[in-house]
Amino acid sequence: MAEENVLTAGALTLEQDWKMPDRGTVGIIFLIITETALFSIFVAAYLIYIGKSLVGPYPKDVLELPILATICLLSSSGTIVFAEHALEKGHLGQFKLWWIVTICLGLEFLTATGLEWRKLIVHDHLTISTNLFGTTFYSLVGLHASHVTVGMVFLLLVLAVTLFRFPIETQKRRVKFLSWYWHFVDAVWVVVFTVVYIIGR
Amino acid sequence: MYAFLAWLQTHAEGLPEHRIANIFEPRSTPGDMERHIANLTLGITGIIFVVVGGLIVYTIWRFRRKPGDDSRQEPPQVYGSNQIEIAWTVIPILIVFILIGVSARVIAAIQNASPPHSTLKIRLIGHQWWWEVEYPDFKVKTANEIHVPVNADGHTATYLQLESLDVIHSFWVPQIAGKTDLIPNRVNYMWIDPKEAGIFFGNCAEYCGTQHANMLLRLVVQPQNEFNAWVAQQAQPAEANPVDPGVAQGKNMFESLACVNCHRVQGTTATGVFGPDLTHLMSRQTIGAGVLPMNHQNLRDWVNDPQNAKPGCFMPSMKLTDAELDQVVSYLESLR
Amino acid sequence: MASIDYPLERPDIEDTGWHFAENLYRWIATVDHKKLGLMYIVSALIFLCVAGVMAVVIRLQLAFPNGHVVDPDTYDRLFTMHGTTMVFLVGMPIVAGLSNYLVPLMIGARDMAFPRLNSFGFWIFLFGGLLLYYSYIGGSGLSGAGSAPDVGWFAYAPLTTKSFSRGHSVDYWALGVLVSGFGSIASAINVIATTISLRCPGMTLSKMPMFVWVMLVDAWLILIALPPLSAGQIMLLLDRYLGANFFNTQHGGSAVLWQHIFWIFGHPEVYILIFPAFAILSELVPIFSRKPLFGRPAMVGAVVAIGFISLGVWAHHMFAVGMTSWSNTFFAASSMLVGIPTGIKIFNWTATMYGGRIRLLTPMLFCCAFLLQFLVAGLTGIMLAVAPFDWQLHDSYFVVAHFHFTLAGGLVTALFGGFYYWYPKVAGRMYNETLAKWHFWLFIIGFNLTFIPLHFAGTLGMPRRIYTYAPGRGWEIWNQLASLGALMQAAAVTLFAWNVIYSAIKGEPAGDDPWDAWTLEWGTTSPPPEYNFEKLPVVRSSRPLWDLKHPNDPDWKYE
Repeated sequence: MAEENVLTAGALTLEQDWKMPDRGTVGIIFLIITETALFSIFVAAYLIYIGKSLVGPYPKDVLELPILATICLLSSSGTIVFAEHALEKGHLGQFKLWWIVTICLGLEFLTATGLEWRKLIVHDHLTISTNLFGTTFYSLVGLHASHVTVGMVFLLLVLAVTLFRFPIETQKRRVKFLSWYWHFVDAVWVVVFTVVYIIGR
Repeated sequence: MYAFLAWLQTHAEGLPEHRIANIFEPRSTPGDMERHIANLTLGITGIIFVVVGGLIVYTIWRFRRKPGDDSRQEPPQVYGSNQIEIAWTVIPILIVFILIGVSARVIAAIQNASPPHSTLKIRLIGHQWWWEVEYPDFKVKTANEIHVPVNADGHTATYLQLESLDVIHSFWVPQIAGKTDLIPNRVNYMWIDPKEAGIFFGNCAEYCGTQHANMLLRLVVQPQNEFNAWVAQQAQPAEANPVDPGVAQGKNMFESLACVNCHRVQGTTATGVFGPDLTHLMSRQTIGAGVLPMNHQNLRDWVNDPQNAKPGCFMPSMKLTDAELDQVVSYLESLR
Repeated sequence: MASIDYPLERPDIEDTGWHFAENLYRWIATVDHKKLGLMYIVSALIFLCVAGVMAVVIRLQLAFPNGHVVDPDTYDRLFTMHGTTMVFLVGMPIVAGLSNYLVPLMIGARDMAFPRLNSFGFWIFLFGGLLLYYSYIGGSGLSGAGSAPDVGWFAYAPLTTKSFSRGHSVDYWALGVLVSGFGSIASAINVIATTISLRCPGMTLSKMPMFVWVMLVDAWLILIALPPLSAGQIMLLLDRYLGANFFNTQHGGSAVLWQHIFWIFGHPEVYILIFPAFAILSELVPIFSRKPLFGRPAMVGAVVAIGFISLGVWAHHMFAVGMTSWSNTFFAASSMLVGIPTGIKIFNWTATMYGGRIRLLTPMLFCCAFLLQFLVAGLTGIMLAVAPFDWQLHDSYFVVAHFHFTLAGGLVTALFGGFYYWYPKVAGRMYNETLAKWHFWLFIIGFNLTFIPLHFAGTLGMPRRIYTYAPGRGWEIWNQLASLGALMQAAAVTLFAWNVIYSAIKGEPAGDDPWDAWTLEWGTTSPPPEYNFEKLPVVRSSRPLWDLKHPNDPDWKYE
């Protein structure tokens, strides 16, 4: 191969000005896109099967609006942003505080879902095999809850390493990605809430 | 080529048999409309094939490097040409829009046709792996062979209501019409108006399990008077008390066996619904949805062990002795 | 481009000793994109041979009416496993393998964006594939004899529900494919992040090699199209294990819903599978014609257009389910529209050859065959898009012929060309050209002998997926020709395998740039070192090596 350089001085400036998007940012954005595609199918199935159940119980009889859980989950999107900002500024104490608040709000949401399911199964005798409502309800809400759970595991992981004095400020990028994922889970809940509790009822 | 294949066709007695189900030789209006649009499409795509294929072959031939030519001279570097590229984008778009327009018209003409005044209704129900054919207006049930009148006056059509009780099947008699699926928990409709008497062969066209290959179908197109006679005969119940002692003995044997759990013989105690109606079994041309031609030996072999001819089908071998088998078969042979 | 230096040491080929355990460990634990790419491709080729043998058995069974080579259940398992393997365990890993091996080299990067995710993707794909094949042992559980799934690669409900498919064979299908799908998604995210974030200095999107462009859009399609299949499989598993009713028609579930979900995945999937062929052609045709790709912006536009239009054509697989005439018209129209960008690609490749000096070596021969065969596939595709025509052709052998023309005549043919083209780069040695030409002619004649006749069988009313047929329906001759062709293809692939193995040991040393090529992977050694490039290259056009070789007439002056 030729030893001589075709692009001499110009090439070096080119190299110095060369800025590419961060790979982690790209990765998390496309992970969210692919997750969106997954959820769309379950949402579509839910919409298609609204009112197609052959036997009860029907949504209007048994579903109650999970107002508190919704408020908790949506506000946790705000608290995680506060945590992120605190981390950005280097206020570790504030970061921990907001992070714990976020976890508590998430846990409240999961608990509320658990209690709702308990009521539906034990009291209303609605299981995944009862009718199409049960089938689509448990799979859509369950898919979302499983994503909340995964997010929760990572939130707890961050909390644990922070409490064990791991220098979390070196991981600002990853904390940011986690918070994006958490926002995504929230956004999905808005859709699920609209579809299941408003349109579907 | 197709003429040669047509020549190969075997002709049975009575109605001509169309074993070779060539979609380009339709005998019904929907099939004919489909052939027309097929020919148009073939024509257009054929021209494209010749032009583009010719261009590719010509380019390769004209610009190939001859053996022994290994100079390192590079050809002129051409990067593109807007005019040419616009041309070969616009022309396909025009062709596609023509095809879309024609397709839309034919789709509407076939799917949204309003029924002519004289229509026969048939309910066709798919089972693994046989067809239940019901004529609701005549209270007739049969299996695997659909009898319809020929459309001699131009105003006779048959409407098919397609349903399934297990998995998805698909109704396809190529010379009559394209396919429509038989889907559980859904009702589909299609219409046919065969213009020529004859027996047209078809298959289940959606994979439906082990014996999908042997879910065959015959469409028996008869002149109106023959069809009327056939339907009147099919509406008759079977003899409740056969005179022939051999047949009577066979009937008792048949009714004492598990046969009656699945098969129905109208007018007797056999009222099963899972298998084909046997009331006029002997009027059919085949056994087991087309696996065997109907004759004494085949019927006997079939009843002895259906798994032999149609492995995996839901009719079990009843493990009958030779004498029992003869009795049952003699009864079945009385169901004309 | 600035400087492409040769590394002074080449540790990867220096070590000629045979330390089996060490080597094995090195391959298993690797996160190197080239090793992973090779492992993807080798496992795909092994699966290709397995599924190819299945195809030969299928053809033997159908060679004569009332065939008795295999029983009906075995036959149904054969075509199910053949289709599932070819799509998910050959096509998908080929996509991942090619992009893994070549994309970083072509964009002047040292590795993929997420090397460990890459390794995870490969192993989860492989375990998914092995799980599917384990069904042969474990399909009916411990109590019964094992059995592979027998519901077709499309697994239409309600045949897949508990009532009609007892045992666990369908569970193996759903789980195996689901799991290997996670691998594909991981690899797709990786390819996107790599192409967006790791391009070498100077390589703007407009200067990115066409191959990388196509693989980028391919990864996009995987991300959008695969999750619906995963969703469908999760629903199916919920149905089968927890008694959910998604596809249980007895409880109001819809059999058609599965078809929608499956084909929302399934139709983009065929574009996912054919894209590597587009990518290969877009590299090989210019190199062997000695001209730049004709109309590069239009080629990029066409591939992006396919990446979007193909998401809206799925229900042309469902013209026979009794949709409304409006839906049928819509999907007929969108399916025909997707033919336009595809046509543009064929025209542009031909125009690239026009006026060139075409070297008809084996890789280029395969490209030429691809162009003609893919043209046929495209035109039969137009016929199938014409809904009334499709009512006749749907689920007949015409469809079998059509999609084998796209996948075997298109993808596999182009792949062979690509394999020969990059073989010297990967192996450092040249393949045997004579053997390769034999492979080419045997394969192309065998392929056409197999699949041209099947078009005719289809128009004579022969449905798909039948394990036997009665004599006298005009199908015999076409099936016999097809079976003969299948044997020829098997012989051809054997030659290919022999050539690959023999040349890796005994082939002539290839040198770094045997084709006098223009993209960055030919600017490093053959095989490339672990770090690909000692100094990251800097590029100024889409043909950096051309610029280097023609300093007086560089490409960047025109682009």
